[in-house]
Amino acid sequence: MADAALFEFLHTEMVAELWAHHSDPGPGGQKMSLSVLEGMGFRVGQALGERLPQETLAFREELDVLKFLCKDLWVAVFQKQMDSLRTNHQGTYVLQDNSFPLLIRMASGLQYLEEAPKFLAFTCGLLRGTLSTLGIKSLVTASVASLPTCKFQVVIQKT
Amino acid sequence: MSRQANRGTESKKMSSELFTLTYGALVTQLCKDYENDEDVNKQLDKIVFSHFLPRGYNIGVRLIEDFLARSNVGRCHDFRETADVIAKVAFKMYLGITPSITNWSPAGDEFSLILENNPLVDFVELPDNHSSLIYSNLLCGVLRGALEMVQMAVEAKFVQDTLKGDGVTEIRMRFIRRIEDNLPAGEE
Repeated sequence: MADAALFEFLHTEMVAELWAHHSDPGPGGQKMSLSVLEGMGFRVGQALGERLPQETLAFREELDVLKFLCKDLWVAVFQKQMDSLRTNHQGTYVLQDNSFPLLIRMASGLQYLEEAPKFLAFTCGLLRGTLSTLGIKSLVTASVASLPTCKFQVVIQKT
Repeated sequence: MSRQANRGTESKKMSSELFTLTYGALVTQLCKDYENDEDVNKQLDKIVFSHFLPRGYNIGVRLIEDFLARSNVGRCHDFRETADVIAKVAFKMYLGITPSITNWSPAGDEFSLILENNPLVDFVELPDNHSSLIYSNLLCGVLRGALEMVQMAVEAKFVQDTLKGDGVTEIRMRFIRRIEDNLPAGEE
């Protein structure tokens, strides 16, 4: 059973490694790296979701699934719960973490704001992947106004 | 079982697999990245080797701080003490397993850690055609980086691997030398 700190350290190295591989000077390069990270997060999220026992997946409503992400998934990955969950009850959810562990070591405030997206891409994919295994198709994006607070926006895609 | 109790177990289970799943995803991605380049196809192992060792090293350099803060172990007086701390405290804390320590060299500067499995690959499928070298180097890098921060230059390498069909996984640790603190130039 691997300690949670290992994931955080690995994540930092992962971002650095993939950034070195994929980035090119043009704007296209950056986007590619972010989507590679997001894709990896997606596969890990799917795998995590697949390992949950069937009984736990008997969610009655979409909102229950989002609450599961905010509590159980977040605790499993980051040892804390999401700080707030808001919704417009029309398929859009905003999950806010006031002290996102993957950003905490970086800085606080506005310094390094440009670097933040790299550290959020994998987690966006993770959310999207877990949702996918739970039968929900979504688009997940993240925004940071000021480190280490960040918001994850989940938009449910109706098929 | 109550819903609350179930919840705790799920979280723990997810948490424990997160690291190995993420590591597996990273390896798969790197293999994909290099497969597109025809020239390097044959040297894939070597390339991935050269990437994972330094990454592992970086992790080790940071991990040792986390370890010292959480474990309360004092300074090790010799390599035997170091071996005990690595096997019984560090491995237990981070990977939940306790390797056994064997095969001490007569000079006491080399030993082996024996694990029943390769701890990084419980839930991961090895990409076709690539050897387990890929997996072992991260761990060796971590050990080297962590020990360097406590003034020990060591070499760590996998000499047996269950992924390769060996009966156990064996990591050979060799003490090279003590690292003295170097004063910056001009400060004698």
